[in-house]
Amino acid sequence: MANGTIAVSPHTAEVDFYNVRTKHKGILSWLLTIDHKRIGIMYLFAVVFFFLVAMTIGVFMRLEMLTPGETIMKPQTYNSLFTLHGVIMIFLFIIPAVPAVFGNFFLPIQLGAQDVQFPKLNLLSWYLYVIGAVLALTSLFSGGGIMDTGWTFYVPYSIRTTTNVSLSVFAAFVLGFATILTGLNFITTIHRLRCPGMTWFRMPLFAWALYATSWIQVLATPVIGITLILIILERAFGIGIFDPALGGDPLLYQHMFWIYSHPAVYIMILPAMGVVSEIIPTFSKKAIFGYVPIAISSLGIALVGYLVWGHHMFSSGISDTSRVIFSLLTFFVALPSGIKIFNWVATMYKGSIEVTAPMLYVLLFIFIFSIGGLTGLSLGALNTDLHLTDTYFVVAHFHYVMFGGMGIIFFAALHYWFPKMFGKMYNEKVAKTAAIWIGIGFNMLYFPMFIMGYLGQPRRYYDYLPEFQKYHIFSTVGSWVLVSGILIMYINLAIALKRGKKAPDNPWGGTTLEWKTSSPPIMENFKEIPTVTTGPYDHSNMESQEVKK
Amino acid sequence: MENNHLTEEHNDGHVAEAHHPSYGINILVWIGLLSLTAITVAVAGINLGSLALTVALVIALVKSMFVINFFMHLKFDNKVFKIFLGICMLTFIVVLILTFFDLTFRN
Repeated sequence: MANGTIAVSPHTAEVDFYNVRTKHKGILSWLLTIDHKRIGIMYLFAVVFFFLVAMTIGVFMRLEMLTPGETIMKPQTYNSLFTLHGVIMIFLFIIPAVPAVFGNFFLPIQLGAQDVQFPKLNLLSWYLYVIGAVLALTSLFSGGGIMDTGWTFYVPYSIRTTTNVSLSVFAAFVLGFATILTGLNFITTIHRLRCPGMTWFRMPLFAWALYATSWIQVLATPVIGITLILIILERAFGIGIFDPALGGDPLLYQHMFWIYSHPAVYIMILPAMGVVSEIIPTFSKKAIFGYVPIAISSLGIALVGYLVWGHHMFSSGISDTSRVIFSLLTFFVALPSGIKIFNWVATMYKGSIEVTAPMLYVLLFIFIFSIGGLTGLSLGALNTDLHLTDTYFVVAHFHYVMFGGMGIIFFAALHYWFPKMFGKMYNEKVAKTAAIWIGIGFNMLYFPMFIMGYLGQPRRYYDYLPEFQKYHIFSTVGSWVLVSGILIMYINLAIALKRGKKAPDNPWGGTTLEWKTSSPPIMENFKEIPTVTTGPYDHSNMESQEVKK
Repeated sequence: MENNHLTEEHNDGHVAEAHHPSYGINILVWIGLLSLTAITVAVAGINLGSLALTVALVIALVKSMFVINFFMHLKFDNKVFKIFLGICMLTFIVVLILTFFDLTFRN
């Protein structure tokens, strides 16, 4: 795919980015770094920390649901915990995880660049993320206590509750800025810093996915920023934009919230889909089937996904005309998603499939995401949605799409790129065991929720009728299986970090540019700036190398 | 960190920077903006019913085009930035239509 043309600084050409001499030493070499790889690693540790916090909250929530009535907590605590679980998972893990960690680390390398276009802005994004997180944590212990609105902050309740909504939504506002700046940085990087020969259709599909995601980040996130500020103003000054008692329109809030938050679902899932498009060709030893349709379908998802927000409001009192239009548009978004699934499966067809840990996670993703996607159609259809709205069916669908989609692929990406990021190999057998354990636990935890929702169990209730208990017990046991799988996975990676075997430059036989540099990469990513002459998934050279071996 | 391997798009961007509107044009645009502001205020006093919002938005749109094209130099800049702005404008308009569409047909 590449040959060298332009040399980079000789003094940093041999030393990996962890050990290269920098202006600052110790912790400052991290906190003041403008190297995209170090910023990616800092994001990694931050998002994993918040994931574990939110996961623990989720476990407590499931424990509460083990028996009807009060089990381990009061109703108000339960309300605060499901809000906290949602806010941390959505704003501090799911949205930033793949773009901020793997996008930061690998986008410039996959493009053959030395860094992102605006390295200082990149560091600022990380600081905004941390400030937003600190504000969110501060809100737990100040004001009226942990907010209890759910992660959607719906008015008029969010205006009237005495819990600490203002600081929490301000935290989300600050986090939004981190997202916008990252999106801006990636769009500019992709336009400006592609190495010689890397045309648009020679870019890896992960870069395409990030490009589509970045556009949504830039176009949609400001809307939530304005909306959240309006909530604060409404609470502080009673300006009457959303509050019906003051002549405001609560449905306007829902429109504005979902104008951001539905595209945000694609901010969460599109980068994950990009990772899938990287992993499948590598472990099928085949060029991806339908490169151009997959690339364009990312843009298609971004475009159509922007226009379907109204399906969250079918039972809120929007007009019938709007409901029909939004339902129709919702069905359209299934097309580009379907194109991707079809092309991934077609890539594996007659491929030389190697079921490694990353590939196992991807296979798990295809299974889970297909269920998540198809159950979304039941919610996109007007008649069935009225029955299923605000039931456990929605909770199950959401987790199948978000956790099964983005979360599982976060694990896949972590295993796929771990050798490149840290220069260490992990125990493959343990990694695969953890993946299987996670798959079993995931389905035990969330599948009963489809049945409960269909039978009428409402979501966000701390109590339930006795006939639902068998499903709740099964689901809670599933949460224990899932968590044990996740812990095995992280412990395995932590052990690898400490005493894993040294990773070769290209342990999986990947064909994109990150596999052409050392593990971990040098400071400026490549000893010589690469020139690209073929598409990103050309395995013909790899095959000839295999034959030579 | 200096990136020395930029694509052709980057080179195009520099050419446009040489063109700036003259002081005369800037002043004309400024007067135009003041006039449009006066028109906005004047129109607000007329009872146009449901058209009032549309008229205000159209005037605001014209004003923002003046600012973007002349004060922010988009008129003299690379085509790609015009496309970017077009995408943003289109998105905004579609979002506005879909939101107000609901309001119009709501019981």
